[in-house]
Amino acid sequence: MNTTTIASIVRGDAAIFPPYLYDAYRSTIRRAPGLPLIDVPLTLSELTGPGPRISAITPEDADLTRNAGTGGEAIGQRIIVSGRVLDAQGHPIPHTLVEIWQANAAGRYIHRRDQWPGPLDPHFLGIGRCHTDANGVYRFLTVRPGAYPWKNHPNAWRPAHIHFSLFGPNWGTRLITQMYFQDDPLFFQDPIFQSVPAEAGQRLIASYDHEQTQPEWALGWRWDIVLAGPSATPFEPIREEQP
Amino acid sequence: MTALIPTSAQTVGPFFHDCLLRNDAQINILAAPETFGEHIRITGRVLDGDGTVVPDAMIEIWQANAYGRYQHPADTRALPLDPAFTGYGRTGSAADGTYWFTTIKPGCVPFSNQHMQAPHICVAIFGRGLLNHLYTRIYFADEPDNATDPILKLVPAQRRVTLLAQPETISSERIYRFDIILQGMGETAFFNLVGAVAV
Repeated sequence: MNTTTIASIVRGDAAIFPPYLYDAYRSTIRRAPGLPLIDVPLTLSELTGPGPRISAITPEDADLTRNAGTGGEAIGQRIIVSGRVLDAQGHPIPHTLVEIWQANAAGRYIHRRDQWPGPLDPHFLGIGRCHTDANGVYRFLTVRPGAYPWKNHPNAWRPAHIHFSLFGPNWGTRLITQMYFQDDPLFFQDPIFQSVPAEAGQRLIASYDHEQTQPEWALGWRWDIVLAGPSATPFEPIREEQP
Repeated sequence: MTALIPTSAQTVGPFFHDCLLRNDAQINILAAPETFGEHIRITGRVLDGDGTVVPDAMIEIWQANAYGRYQHPADTRALPLDPAFTGYGRTGSAADGTYWFTTIKPGCVPFSNQHMQAPHICVAIFGRGLLNHLYTRIYFADEPDNATDPILKLVPAQRRVTLLAQPETISSERIYRFDIILQGMGETAFFNLVGAVAV
């Protein structure tokens, strides 16, 4: 991570969101747009959105320790990951879809393209989903994911993380991100984490939460998510022609 | 009340398929046989700055039904909902970079009190190497309303063609080709959603 170029093309607030080109993360080099984004106002098309479209969600979907369908339990440190999904005003976003995926406790994904020699766990798929409740709260039971190596730079390891996908109320609030763990030693060398401006990056890190910890069962981690869509302030550059 | 700071974005990475494209989460087929409207297929390739196919992108779409109504509580207009249409699709690009959806051509939706928008489909693109998702729109090259569309007008004239899906008909199926070029020659115009519509 020596020669990172932070380009100016960012969608959203550049103090919060990562740039598209962040060359320490090599996959961005040929995939980041090179031309300026077009500023457009929110119309009815962006102020609506898909919301929860997947109908068959069951409570078991939120228990990654047992949802592999094998009858067995995943190996690893059991954790409860929970928090609230909020809008920019702090109002809870109820009944919104939260989808997560993660490596197993050894840092291995079941994905066919993950081929490093970390052991697979036959009782762990690493996928879960739920809807937030009426208070905007989501909750998953899973095992703590391991770190895993990748080929981005010499001796590169991803910090342990859980991927989150959320819709929120409209097309403009769509978010895919990653949740990290407070005590992880690997942040310093991870360009994906480092691509986020420092203060906003700290907000991707879950806190250990002893109140969530269940005695003789599982450790609690808390992570709140703020889905702030684009600002509602009027879009100035539009000058409508008179009909 | 002080506004909360939004949660930042991170790449979807390479390992999302088992979760985000599992059986009931992948939606290529938006239109059932009984869905009202002109049935179409959208297809194209996702390409990177070297012109190399992107085999691990995820593409989501969102659109109005053929009457121009969104199935969403924010759309309160007195237009019919179609029980056979939600307007949402999600798929992945294949090993050859291609993706497809079968859907219906959306109706027109308003821009402001005075102006309508040309028919369009909202698109979000996710992928390894995309630290934040990209937004764009599919317009239909054969729609005369494109000439007055207020969003297309914001796109530099020489880049508008990148948002126009090109029609062709193959064995009675209406197909619109829409390539997504992440970078370089013919780069798709991507959007930054900023502010609200002036009405």
